[in-house]
Amino acid sequence: MHSSLTRIAAVLVASTMLAGVANAETIRWARSSDALTLDPHSQNQGNTHTLAHHIYETLIGRDNDGSLTPRLATEWALKDGDPTVWVFKLREGVKFHNGNDFTAEDVVYSIERAKSEFSNMKQLHAEVQSVTAVDDHTVEFQMTGPALIYPNNLTNTFIMDKTWSDEHDLAVVQDFASGASNYSVLNTNGTGPYTLVSREVDVKTTLTYNEGWWGEKPPVTDIEYLTIADAQTRISALLSGEIDIVQDVPPQDIERLSNTAGFKVEIGPENRFIYFGYKFGDEPLKSSNITDSNPFNNPLVREAMELALDRDAIQQVVMRGQSIPTGIPNPPFVRGWTEELDAYPAPDVEKAKALMAEAGYPDGFSVTLDTPNNRYVNDEAISTAYVGMLGQIGINVTLASRPVAEHSPIILANESDFYLLGWGVPTFDSAYVFNDLIHTKTELHGTYNVGLYSNPELDEKIIALGTMDDMDARDATVAEIWEVVKADRVLLPIHNQVLAYAMREGVTLPVQPENQPNMTTVTFE
Amino acid sequence: MLAFIARRLVQSVIVMLVVAFIAFLVFRYVGDPLAALLSQDAKQADYDAARERLGLDQPFYVQFYYFVINALQGQFGISYRLQQPVSQLILERLPATIELAFASATIALVFGVLLGIYTALRPRAFSTGVIMTGSLVGVSLPTFLIGIGLIYVFAVELKWLPSFGRGEVVQIGWWRTGLLTQSGLRSLVLPAITLSLFQLTLIMRLVRAEMLEVLRTDYIRFARARGLSQRAINFGHALRNTMVPVITITGLQLGSVIAFAIITETVFQWPGVGSLFVNSVAAVDVPVMAAYLVFVALVFVVINLIVDILYFIVDPRLRDGARTGK
Repeated sequence: MHSSLTRIAAVLVASTMLAGVANAETIRWARSSDALTLDPHSQNQGNTHTLAHHIYETLIGRDNDGSLTPRLATEWALKDGDPTVWVFKLREGVKFHNGNDFTAEDVVYSIERAKSEFSNMKQLHAEVQSVTAVDDHTVEFQMTGPALIYPNNLTNTFIMDKTWSDEHDLAVVQDFASGASNYSVLNTNGTGPYTLVSREVDVKTTLTYNEGWWGEKPPVTDIEYLTIADAQTRISALLSGEIDIVQDVPPQDIERLSNTAGFKVEIGPENRFIYFGYKFGDEPLKSSNITDSNPFNNPLVREAMELALDRDAIQQVVMRGQSIPTGIPNPPFVRGWTEELDAYPAPDVEKAKALMAEAGYPDGFSVTLDTPNNRYVNDEAISTAYVGMLGQIGINVTLASRPVAEHSPIILANESDFYLLGWGVPTFDSAYVFNDLIHTKTELHGTYNVGLYSNPELDEKIIALGTMDDMDARDATVAEIWEVVKADRVLLPIHNQVLAYAMREGVTLPVQPENQPNMTTVTFE
Repeated sequence: MLAFIARRLVQSVIVMLVVAFIAFLVFRYVGDPLAALLSQDAKQADYDAARERLGLDQPFYVQFYYFVINALQGQFGISYRLQQPVSQLILERLPATIELAFASATIALVFGVLLGIYTALRPRAFSTGVIMTGSLVGVSLPTFLIGIGLIYVFAVELKWLPSFGRGEVVQIGWWRTGLLTQSGLRSLVLPAITLSLFQLTLIMRLVRAEMLEVLRTDYIRFARARGLSQRAINFGHALRNTMVPVITITGLQLGSVIAFAIITETVFQWPGVGSLFVNSVAAVDVPVMAAYLVFVALVFVVINLIVDILYFIVDPRLRDGARTGK
């Protein structure tokens, strides 16, 4: 009797140990390029943030449907009676990986570091005048004016431990122009669900679950983050069973992988749109045969160009179904998007030709289209398709295709007459699009308004958005601005990109609209 | 001999300076590093400030001058993209490339010489024809196609070998070797074969042509007449005399394999200096590109020096200094 009880107890203990072993799930996750650095405020770049979100955490997170969720901050609201102050209540009982407590002082330190000279995150916190710790778990942000949407800017700004940072001289963010690299480029101390085990840049980074994490234990306990630059090798590694999840799937492999037994592809919309831009103003175009006027400055020509653009054909043929055509340069996730704005006209070549004649260009004109060829999904193919479409209405386009490293400087120097570009909206708010793409180009605004569109009335409204204290009035103003942008055809949007993640059967990683998926969302069958 | 080496060293420095100069001249056309370094919402003011800080607004000969001054002090700066010291990056990744290069060169040399001898000794056999034609296939197919094909067959279908990476490595001092672990050796097989194919073809045909010519010479005929065994003739005499051009070619190829195993390293995600270079070009990471090209020039120069020294050892006629007509 005694010995059989012992035996039963032994079996029960053994089975729980087995359950413990079975719970150690490793995920091997492959991407085309690595995170650039582990210094959380140095780069404002997708791959870098994606990895950082596992080790560090932000005050506020973003769900897969685009809504804000509490992370290190549990509540946030404008201060009673003072719309220029945001008050954040912090989560209690959180510890950094080295055991230090997370307190308001760490938040103050991190925001000031993110605003510092060499941080690439400082744009997002330009309206923060000062940050103060009211007590250990409350922080107040004094803004320069009413900043209704400021919490949106916190979703990629990570919180570091002040004590640890002071120990390792991390006050100055890693700067690419400096002669030395700081400790945080390769070492970490965050509050996140995973701790860094090893890092071999451009090869492999391994993470393991942080037992002291404040959240619910996720199914994935160990992560191997691998960089495989060649697209074919990446997919082969998935097919051979060496990888569980591939995040960057070339579009031509999506169908093949969906139809291969043992593998599946998760598809979802991305918070990124692709558009054509063109030069405004009276000065004749440098690359055109028309030397006495600028055809793009004529609204009839712009309308003709939109009627020539067959977005659905591009979706079917160029993107193989993997895109979401749109009539507004703003993805559906972003505040300010409406279905009316999103609607686009059906292509009408005859009407377009008539409009060209009416505009004074019955014989059409020639121009050069500058397109990147290694940045967005099928960027060069989209441009090539549009060249054909414009040819039908008499616009003779020469395609200049370059790698993004050469395309960007030409664009930013305002030297392009006609170009393809893509844009993401990390704050999920229309003001982000207005500030950089619509506002007249100045030192601080309109950096990518390289068509040099200038509408002083719109500029005033755009600036006003930053200081409005009534959300309804703000939404109304945003709608007004979009009306003008759509009517004037400031930009010619084509589609919103679609994300595809490939994985083996038995693993599910849902698509995250900023293409920054977190392994805590992985589920196993 | 010492004077010879000293002269060659001076020439090497000149070669490296010229290479670096031309590289800087070309870098202006590779693109703007700031596109990758600054975030999407950086303002025009930020671009201007960053440009000034990096010295990118200065003419290329000024940038080149600063580069040389710093290089002479051993300072190659930090990588724009990876934010780590360039010299550390290159040294970290060098063992991977060197192991791959030597593995593939060994395969190419061993099989190239053996097959070359075989096809030279049996010029009219059917197997010779098969080998010669097969080698043409190896040379006409591009490296990446061979690589992808091997991955598909051996990794995806048969699952015998890994499709990417270097496997487990063992650290000995600053050298990280994959030769001491099973996964490391298995990962080395496919990339080494891919890289060796074109070298093998070249060596094989060279050895074959040289052997055929040497076997026709008088001294070989006299050796046969003297009654020496076929083996002694083939390996002791004929082969030694074919080695000089083979050494030259192997040396040059080894240099080009170390420097430009870029395609193979990219296809197999081999963490060597080649893939570092490719990623740097895409991101216009000027410090890494400049340092890498200088390093490559150094590699070629050193290998050529070693090759020339080997001539002295292999060919007694050069050793005595009795160079006719010089």
